[in-house]
Amino acid sequence: MSTVADAHTSEHSLGQKHDHHGPAKGWTRWLFTTNHKDIGTMYLIFSFAMFLLGGTMAMVIRAELFQPGLQIVQPEFFNQMTTMHGLIMVFGAVMPAFVGLANWMLPLMVGAPDMALPRMNNWSFWLLPCAFLILVSTLFMDGGGPNFGWTFYAPLSTTYGPPSTTYFIFALHIAGASSIMGAINVIATILNMRAPGMTLMKMPLFVWTWLITAFLLLAVMPVLAGVLTMMLMDINFGTSFFDASGGGDPVLFQHIFWFFGHPEVYIMILPAFGAISHIIPAFSRKPLFGYASMVYAVGAIALLSFLVWAHHMFTVGIPIAGQLFFMYATLLIAVPTGVKVFNWVATMFRGSLTFEAPMLFAIAFVILFTVGGFSGLMLAIAPADFQYHDTYFVVAHFHYVLVPGAIFGIFASAYFWLPKWTGYMYDETLAKTHFWLSFVGMNLAFFPMHFLGLAGMPRRIPDYALQFADFNRVSSIGAFLFGATQLLFLFIVVKCARGSGEPAAAKPWDGAEGLEWTVPSPAPYHTFSTPPEVH
Amino acid sequence: MMSEHQEYYVPDQSKWPIIATFGLGTTLFGAATIMVDGGQGASTSGGWMIFAAGLSLMAYMIFGWFGSVVRESRAGLYSPQMDRSFRWGMSWFIFSEIMFFAAFFGALFYARVFAIPWLGGEGDRGSSNMLWEGFQATWPLINTPDPSLYPAPKGVIGPWGLPLINTILLVSSSFTITVAHHALRAGNRKKLKLWLSATIVLALVFVGLQAEEYMHAYQDLNLTLQSGIYGSTFFMLTGFHGAHVILGTVMLIVMLMRVRKGHFTADSHFGFEATAWYWHFVDAVWLVLFVFVYVI
Repeated sequence: MSTVADAHTSEHSLGQKHDHHGPAKGWTRWLFTTNHKDIGTMYLIFSFAMFLLGGTMAMVIRAELFQPGLQIVQPEFFNQMTTMHGLIMVFGAVMPAFVGLANWMLPLMVGAPDMALPRMNNWSFWLLPCAFLILVSTLFMDGGGPNFGWTFYAPLSTTYGPPSTTYFIFALHIAGASSIMGAINVIATILNMRAPGMTLMKMPLFVWTWLITAFLLLAVMPVLAGVLTMMLMDINFGTSFFDASGGGDPVLFQHIFWFFGHPEVYIMILPAFGAISHIIPAFSRKPLFGYASMVYAVGAIALLSFLVWAHHMFTVGIPIAGQLFFMYATLLIAVPTGVKVFNWVATMFRGSLTFEAPMLFAIAFVILFTVGGFSGLMLAIAPADFQYHDTYFVVAHFHYVLVPGAIFGIFASAYFWLPKWTGYMYDETLAKTHFWLSFVGMNLAFFPMHFLGLAGMPRRIPDYALQFADFNRVSSIGAFLFGATQLLFLFIVVKCARGSGEPAAAKPWDGAEGLEWTVPSPAPYHTFSTPPEVH
Repeated sequence: MMSEHQEYYVPDQSKWPIIATFGLGTTLFGAATIMVDGGQGASTSGGWMIFAAGLSLMAYMIFGWFGSVVRESRAGLYSPQMDRSFRWGMSWFIFSEIMFFAAFFGALFYARVFAIPWLGGEGDRGSSNMLWEGFQATWPLINTPDPSLYPAPKGVIGPWGLPLINTILLVSSSFTITVAHHALRAGNRKKLKLWLSATIVLALVFVGLQAEEYMHAYQDLNLTLQSGIYGSTFFMLTGFHGAHVILGTVMLIVMLMRVRKGHFTADSHFGFEATAWYWHFVDAVWLVLFVFVYVI
């Protein structure tokens, strides 16, 4: 292993003090590791496991909604499924997947030997299984698990929540601590570990978007911790933050929650923006159009994300001036987002395009994320939102930004970098099958929800009026197709990791650029022990 | 350029993070069990046992993990680049702490500026009058809308007694830690020990006075966590600040012990500096807190 590791650094081996060794033997390697590639792999595996668990809950929801009437589960259990599906997908699947990608790719992209604080990196990861063990165990406690929606609005979650809510609070505290430490590590790595010559405006976009994402995480995860702590005190120690009879206000909960929650949705999409900004140029064989404007656009989106939180609360009763401010601020986000979409399209314009799986996912990302963005604009208009609020239109909107946005971004990244991780090419035919089935399934599942919502079907209800039956049936069929297809993804990744494909070159994509393609595939256990020079 | 490069220290495998995971998970699971069982009137001894087991794991981990870091640092394994990683890490940690306090200050401002005036009938929110007729919006909020749930305190703590003394103590301690830092940089160990000890004394007196203030509030004023939104914000803000002071004091004491063992040099003493940063942060939070919780 060490010969491979040193091969690429042989010219830079001056100052090398000791040999690097490969991974430790035995299963304790994974418990004690400080290696960013090991930790990245664990994050990605954990995230996929959570994706399947949260997906299974989505299947329960769609099975119940397949036809009107109560068929399979009781309303109480249905509520726990919608709540846990959201929590697991947000905190267990999407966020850890991006942290996993960051762990694997940031040191390779900036030419660093590892993440800045490797032991804390290990702790950040292992806290997640701990948090989700506690969270999932609430399903088996007296009174069941969280049943108040992933937004856990007070007083549903405080006065009327099940006894297990206290466990839920601590589980999210642990997941939040993990995120904060992960973000500190990412920021320290990016600001301090870049190879000589890599100025900020030479950083790859995935690095830029993660820098800004880490800033968002550090700004809002503590606010989540704050609101969770207020809940904990209201439930167990008699405070009245969210109880009007003590002078508090349930609306206060929503303000604090959404001050966290809105940046949170950008935390789930910005790293995907970065990855897509690598993949589209690679398969268009053209440099990214408008690098600097991409950086500024992400910065602008991040800043605006702090000023728009109350657009989630138009119907709760906020002063008219507040509604106007939050409406216009929200609409403003369309400008930097439009810049990004324009730049991606302009990158493809007159490029030599090929359509391997990462590119297919990336193009679907651009188109379908834009669909989700447009429904977001509709929801941002305060008077219109009075009609759409808490209907399936909202569900359609955020699934369009999260599934073909965040999730497709993760799939595109996985296919793009799998050769670098495993040293083998994945099965392109199967991967394209995975794409097309996901694409069709996801659109079938979520597009009809727009119509259901506009027609007035409320979200988070296990039963519905007869006129909604057809669209719900289509939606459920699409969801089953999308869900089953993800097992194919598991198969493709396992097949690739076991080495049944062709060996991958150091740079398997001829249009790809960046330091990560200068190291062999699979990337040796230790890379860039001595930093490369960037010109 | 290359020959000047000092290798970045990537630690070998470490058992501390996984111990820390078990420690934190067990501690919080235990805490939740105590609260849930206690809330249902059941015995909390099981929860306390889990909680204590978690805490001991955490204590073992903290000694072990920080111990390795100190040893590695003293063995000269850390390059200037590593030092910068620690600096970025500590700075962003403090930033995240500021945002944690911001949530509670936000709750305080929201309650004072919006929620309570609305409950008192300002704007078109007069509907609360139907629920709680005659509720008067005041700050400090002595009479809550429903005093049977959230009983009224006899009074609140004025700013110009103990809180003012505490302000003077904390500001002075920020000053003394800076003098100690300058002494460390000048290599004057005797002066360093003196001023660092002075900082610790100031910190301990602050904690003691804060405890006295709490006892006064609970016993004489009936001002408690259950006193409505005033008590909630008052105790959560001062309480979390106090918890941070206690943590900072422990850090200062550890620094004094390390100084007495001959740790730190004039150029290399990030452990001390991080503690000083943290202490200044605690001081700054207090100043905001003094103004918005006590004075205004």
